Amino acid sequence: MFLKKIALAGAVSLLGSAALACSYQNEVPVKSLSAGFEAWKAVTDAMAECGNFQAELDQEFRTKQPAAFEANPSLYQIGGVSNGTITPLLNAGTIRPLDDLVEKYGANLKPNQLIRINGQIMAVAMMVNTQHLMYRSDVLADLGIETPTTWDEVYAAAAKIKEAGVMEYPLGATMKSGWNLAQEFVNMHPGHGGKFFNDDNTTAVNSDAGLASLETMQAALEFTDPEVLVSDSTYVQQQFQQGKIAMANLWASRAGAMNDEAESQVVGKVAMAAAPKAVAGGAPATTLWWDGIVIAKNISDEEADAAFRLAMEGLDAETVQGANDAAIWLVDGYQPTDIAEGAIATATANPAPPAYPSTTQMGLLHTALGNELPAFLTGERDAAATLTAIEEAYTTSAKEAGVLK
Amino acid sequence: MKFKTFAAFVGPSVFMMLLFIAAPLVSVFIQSFQVTQPILEQVEVETCTPGFLTQTCTTEIKTVPILDENGKMITETQWVGLQSYRNVLQMDKFWAAVGNGSWNQIMQIDFWKALRFTLSFTLLTLPLVIGVGLAIALAVNNATRSIRGPIIFISLLPFIITPVIGSLSIYWLFVGDGILTTMMERWTGTNISMFAQAWTIELLMYFYRVWHVAPFAFVIFYAGLQTVNMDTLESAVIDGASRWERLRHVIVPHLMPLIIFIALIHLMDCYRVFDEIVGFRSQAHVISLQWLTFDFMTPDDAGNRAMSRASASSMLTMIGIVILLILPLRRTWRDHKGSAH
Repeated sequence: MFLKKIALAGAVSLLGSAALACSYQNEVPVKSLSAGFEAWKAVTDAMAECGNFQAELDQEFRTKQPAAFEANPSLYQIGGVSNGTITPLLNAGTIRPLDDLVEKYGANLKPNQLIRINGQIMAVAMMVNTQHLMYRSDVLADLGIETPTTWDEVYAAAAKIKEAGVMEYPLGATMKSGWNLAQEFVNMHPGHGGKFFNDDNTTAVNSDAGLASLETMQAALEFTDPEVLVSDSTYVQQQFQQGKIAMANLWASRAGAMNDEAESQVVGKVAMAAAPKAVAGGAPATTLWWDGIVIAKNISDEEADAAFRLAMEGLDAETVQGANDAAIWLVDGYQPTDIAEGAIATATANPAPPAYPSTTQMGLLHTALGNELPAFLTGERDAAATLTAIEEAYTTSAKEAGVLK
Repeated sequence: MKFKTFAAFVGPSVFMMLLFIAAPLVSVFIQSFQVTQPILEQVEVETCTPGFLTQTCTTEIKTVPILDENGKMITETQWVGLQSYRNVLQMDKFWAAVGNGSWNQIMQIDFWKALRFTLSFTLLTLPLVIGVGLAIALAVNNATRSIRGPIIFISLLPFIITPVIGSLSIYWLFVGDGILTTMMERWTGTNISMFAQAWTIELLMYFYRVWHVAPFAFVIFYAGLQTVNMDTLESAVIDGASRWERLRHVIVPHLMPLIIFIALIHLMDCYRVFDEIVGFRSQAHVISLQWLTFDFMTPDDAGNRAMSRASASSMLTMIGIVILLILPLRRTWRDHKGSAH
């Protein structure tokens, strides 16, 4: 089915003529650069049906995009971004405001989808993503464990599963050193009521909330595979699919794979719930993300017009219905199923988790976290020294980047 | 040879070397003393992002770069002297750790941690590569002519594999649910995690590098063995020299220039160890100098790159290679001068 779709899309983009499911015939050549996960495949396939369209799906898009959009004319007309990767494009001013285009072609867009910066529409979101709790409903039910809502409960449940001898390492975690591990801290820190920055751009992670976050993260190690510092989202997803773990705080965009019969041995057994809270009564310890499209500035208005019209064709109800479980879509026509429950519960929680705070400083802090946290988790350095090291690493790079004087 | 002919032959490659090696080197050298920053301003920005059903709008002070009338970021470049080197070396922390006599604290500083691994990796694999290479060469040289071809072919295979692919395959073989780990777990009955602590990762890295590079040493030594003076060997046999003595006093001295050559190449290659770090995902436990440079250069999600520190770190790597190469180079130089007389 999927292969067929790809073959079809390929054939169509090769011919560049016969518009199949597309309502019009695209005459202006358009290219896009985006991430390569399932939802982007569905959207770009739908755009390709209109002809004259070339999609580049690349997980390294974040390093290519700023330079590619800075070229004049821009190498791509359409960019797929998330709230984490839109910052360099906004900072460099290489994407254009979309207000007039939304007015012309965006009749089907919901106000929720329009990303406004200072009132101007700079991007159109298509889906939300967040890390939330996935768990083996059968394992938890067998042992009479209620769905955990806080990290303490997650660890208590993990201890029970381990004790019962069901699994040796019941917990999975995206703690690969670098970006993934830093993201775990970014999830945990606001959950403990922490702030990332002071008003003068110095970092505020060296605090009680920081200590508490580190403590919560370290507690996981007792229940995770010893090689957890190399495990990224794909690895955790596979651990789930092979029935090796019972719980993990994993990306919503990975939920669909649990029921993929070609890969998964646990079809129908993995349930989704809101991300665990760091403290009872607090917000879920996670961050909200969105993915969407932007249009380059350094192209002619005519091209921008064609690109946006094409993007709207890709983001229509038909696409979403064809790939309903590939994402938590924001597009009209989406029918939330069981696997979306966790993400929706997370996003609508009260108090709600924050959106990932994408700024220049956050980029620097994220790198500092990713480099300094491993020494803490391997036990080479204690929590206080680690927070000091993070602060120092951030200060050095912030001075080099000109953020701090 | 006429100078004109000489120049015509050498000219293109000198030009290429200037363009692709010297010029970038000078540019990196200069950049390591500079810091280029965008001019930033603080502005209040209202950002509206989607929740699942409704939007949340937040207003916050953001630090953003100022754009000129063409929409380009305005940057300014400053000379900062040795600041970037100081940021990489962190000498204050280093001396404080030395003062405390704490090896562990020194190993918390990225540069010194990377230097420690890079040096032990380079110096430990060097004798192994030369030893294993020589052993294979001797074995092949003594094998019957009919099976030499296939043996040479098979022993060369590891060298053909692209380094990144090779290290990735080792990673996949030995990671938690890899084939080899599962097999070893079945034999020993214990849970084995090769990538959970630094020393097992390092062992795998040494093993992989030797496995990968030994064929190169082998080919060179095998060629060298074909030129060993048979008369000397035979007279050694008549004098009653054992196999070991012949190796020690005839073959190794004959191969010495080749051994130095392999050592030079190996030192240069190994000091820039990088593929193993990325392939084995060992950043949490083990990092190398080249990886450190790469990490400085990799842009984060907000597009920041630490170019100045990356430049400083690559200059330091180059200085390290030069220091390592001084010893073998001096020897070659002396031999060279000796043979001229």
